[in-house]
Amino acid sequence: MKAPPLKAKVHVFLKPGVLDVQGKAVEGALHGLGWDGVANVRVGKLLEFDLDGSDPEAAKGELKAMCEKLLANTVIESYKVEVA
Amino acid sequence: MKAAVLVFPGSNCDRDCKTAVETSVNGKVEMVWHQETELPSGLDLIVIPGGFSYGDYLRCGAMASQSPVMAAVKREAERGVSVLGICNGFQILCESGLLPGALLRNSGLKYVCKPIELTIENRTTRFTNAYGNKQTVWMTQGNGDGNFFADADTLKAIEDNDQVVFRYVENPNGSMNNIAGIINKAGNVLGMMPHPDRAFEDALGSADGAPMFKSLLKAAVAA
Repeated sequence: MKAPPLKAKVHVFLKPGVLDVQGKAVEGALHGLGWDGVANVRVGKLLEFDLDGSDPEAAKGELKAMCEKLLANTVIESYKVEVA
Repeated sequence: MKAAVLVFPGSNCDRDCKTAVETSVNGKVEMVWHQETELPSGLDLIVIPGGFSYGDYLRCGAMASQSPVMAAVKREAERGVSVLGICNGFQILCESGLLPGALLRNSGLKYVCKPIELTIENRTTRFTNAYGNKQTVWMTQGNGDGNFFADADTLKAIEDNDQVVFRYVENPNGSMNNIAGIINKAGNVLGMMPHPDRAFEDALGSADGAPMFKSLLKAAVAA
């Protein structure tokens, strides 16, 4: 019987020093709706997928390679990987 | 002059680029589909056109930069063949690592579509040497992600090496140092957001793009 796949999550966000114009716009909209306490909104991406394998640590290595190659542009973005 | 124009799913300026090269310098142009693993032999110029390759999914140019034809473009670029990336083509060149930096969402969050004036910052390149003493040019701009970004060290290196070829007279999108187009260190790969391919004869409102193709013809003849 085939083992169930690992569940991968990859979070990609613009790096701290890179202006996030979407985040700024969302922040302005939230202020306009009365949520004055909102600050530093960042809009990012969450990718979820299944990944064959049983070793979460090895899978994390694979996910990092995917981020470096395609999922994130490390000139402007940072990433975080999760495996469950 | 022999040129190839790449075609990705979602390219929409590929025919413009073909016509621009044909009309400006009577070049011979082949269209090359993104799944090709080899480019035609004896090319003087590879044009990566504007558009929305792969629907701009993930990031503008990200998917296209991994397509089979880009491996061939990298090989040709290393051999010194001229590569011109316009708009989405500039984004693809940055994503593929052939040019430094990245293109972010326009600072005003709006798609900017209008004629735009540029200063020629470096007129000694193989892309700009036919501009003579012309100081500024008009081309059209049409993009949502044209906001050039590079980290401080990279930006300094780009400036110190005279890699900035065009700057906006009025910055439309938040680009650092008003950068509209840059060239690689070796001087054979140029990326720019404005469209010389939409400004190659007076009927289009400007013929200021034509000298770029004439410059490239000079380089091709000299090679």
